[in-house]
Amino acid sequence: MSNPSTAATTPVRAFMEGGHAIAEAAIQAGCRFYCGYPMTPSTEVLEYMAKRMPEVGGVCINVEAEIEGINMVWGATGAGVRAMIASTTNGMSLMQESLAEMVLGRIPAVVVNMGRGQGDYNQCTRSGGHGSHRMIVLAPSSAQEAADTAYRAFHLAEKWRHPVLIYGDFMLSHTSETVSFEPPVDTLEALPEKSWATTGARGRKPRLLTSLGMRLEGEAASGGGIGPGEHRVDTTAPMKEAVKRHQEIARLETRVETAWLDDAELVVTAFGIVGRFAKYAARLACEEGMKVGYVRPYTLVPFPYSTFAEIGARGIPVAVFENNAGQMVQDVRLGVEGRARVDFIGGISMDGSGFGVGPDIDALHVLEKIREVHPARRAA
Amino acid sequence: MSDVHAENSPRSGMPVPDQEGLDKVFARSPLLGTNTHSLCPGCGEPNAVRVLMENIEEMGESENTICVLGIGCYTAFGALMEVDTQQAMHGRAPAQATGIKRVLPDRLVFTLQGDGDMITEGIQEVIHAAARGERITAVCLNNAAFGETGGHMTATSVIGQRTKSTLQGRDPAKHGYPIRLPEMLTGFEGVAYLARGSVHTPTHVKRTKKLLRAALETQKRGLGFSLVEVLTMCPTGWFVTPAEGPKFQQDNLLPAFPIGELKRPKGLEA
Amino acid sequence: MAKAVGTVLIDVERCKGCELCIPVCPPKVLEMSVEVNAIGFRYPILHPGCTGCELCAEICPDYCFEVFRESKSPAHGLGAEVSA
Repeated sequence: MSNPSTAATTPVRAFMEGGHAIAEAAIQAGCRFYCGYPMTPSTEVLEYMAKRMPEVGGVCINVEAEIEGINMVWGATGAGVRAMIASTTNGMSLMQESLAEMVLGRIPAVVVNMGRGQGDYNQCTRSGGHGSHRMIVLAPSSAQEAADTAYRAFHLAEKWRHPVLIYGDFMLSHTSETVSFEPPVDTLEALPEKSWATTGARGRKPRLLTSLGMRLEGEAASGGGIGPGEHRVDTTAPMKEAVKRHQEIARLETRVETAWLDDAELVVTAFGIVGRFAKYAARLACEEGMKVGYVRPYTLVPFPYSTFAEIGARGIPVAVFENNAGQMVQDVRLGVEGRARVDFIGGISMDGSGFGVGPDIDALHVLEKIREVHPARRAA
Repeated sequence: MSDVHAENSPRSGMPVPDQEGLDKVFARSPLLGTNTHSLCPGCGEPNAVRVLMENIEEMGESENTICVLGIGCYTAFGALMEVDTQQAMHGRAPAQATGIKRVLPDRLVFTLQGDGDMITEGIQEVIHAAARGERITAVCLNNAAFGETGGHMTATSVIGQRTKSTLQGRDPAKHGYPIRLPEMLTGFEGVAYLARGSVHTPTHVKRTKKLLRAALETQKRGLGFSLVEVLTMCPTGWFVTPAEGPKFQQDNLLPAFPIGELKRPKGLEA
Repeated sequence: MAKAVGTVLIDVERCKGCELCIPVCPPKVLEMSVEVNAIGFRYPILHPGCTGCELCAEICPDYCFEVFRESKSPAHGLGAEVSA
């Protein structure tokens, strides 16, 4: 159903804002169904898709509500087509039921939260809804990484048959940088066939795609097929399978950026585009003679607990900088297992609209916070 | 007094009635599978689902059909219907069906929802799908109650109807008025076919089959959005015996929800 | 006109005793049993005189009935349709 992009319309390298970069990369990764609801700062993804999707023979729908959008994406993905929706903070809240159920139903859609500040960390990482299960959550820090993340999101989603959330923010969405569009090398492996897709039962048994744990007769479940008199529904089965699957994903797909850890006296950690300010501040601190290391979790789920466990084992204090009242700091505390001091050096810093970034998202500000919590300074 | 003993079930191994010289004129559609459903005695929903599946079989569309199933007692049919099925969250089926139909436009895509699902929780989804003229067929099984949770008021519970959340009966002053969804949608340009049927008598069951067929044909011809609301008995939710279900439906639901075709597109022969 | 000749095969193990078939039968040849089936419900017993009109099958929510009718014999009360 899709027309191939022509060389004239398909960018290979472009100067693009993060939101557009995600959209373009998604299309180049084969996304052919997109829903959006205009909401700052995700609106530009919808605008880009509205123009670009028809060029490749795909579908772009400006939905009347986010809840409709996520369920359209569920339907299209379940029908075997790569589908995506981008929203923001409050809109993400509206979609929570379906996000959680899509993990249980194993619907490999891609969802983008271009958030306001970084206050959706908990919302994203604690399943994005009800239950003990989690989506895979990726937090790019540049337009280039955002584009790579779009390719990677579809790949991981279909590799694991598990929905993936890309978490960005106003600054990532609206900052223009040079982007090369090319599938990252880790997305080139072959993917399993979509033997679960509901495309019409042509020459095969019908399929039931459900999050409710209902099985058709003869289908294997965790304990085997349905025997006579057995209950056809075990709603706990998808829940338990999702948790097991997440453990496998954590074993194989955790990704983190680290720098200057070998002789660090303090580690600064941050996620998303905000991480680049923290990294620059860490470098300035090193130039001042402080030995400051840097950790930027890229996969928020699965979270790089083992990186922080090693830091904790070495007793190195950690300073967490994030644009919220303290959310990732809780995962950091879990990671160091009480063996190192953890300071929160972030805070809510947005402009008055609540959409964009505020004055604290600044390397010199982070540097000042680093000085305050550096062990040498504290000891003095 | 019984000439033919009770054991005329094929499973019992006892003699069956002599069928010599007789044609089999009615059997369960293979699209209903062989499983039993666990719905209450006297529930009307299985009648609606049966004639829906018969239509799909007679149209030769069983391998081309995708069902989007809502949440209610009828969710059990997910394990019976022999067509590809996606389960949807409560109220969301028209949006999910839109996603499917937009990417696979040549498939026959229908929703199967209750009044609690479509008209109460999910009225936004169905209204917008109708307004956009999505070429899907929405089927609403209306028993004027949330049956699966034990019999609670929905947007279609009728005035005076006693439910577990309207113990003295639905009172307009406290609980407002029921919604007639097909009537609401008649003015939408994107809507091509609207009808309401019932399954409380064999004649109504057969009429409902025709209404559902017209809705599916509307979709096949790409004429726009189609919707059929089917009134179904819910003796459990109505606190009557199964045998009393049809009369309760006749006396209480039909006056509030008139039967018939409300909109029919040109291009659909009579 | 001679009355049509028909019969039904009733899968009594599927029956849930709703009794909707009893009053819809025009020749009144269905009667609820005294015994119960494996899931504890009484079920319809067929007496002679069935015309194969299909009304019981139309109303049965548990799909218990298969209906048989003499060739070329119209269903009682439903016009000339005969399913092959």
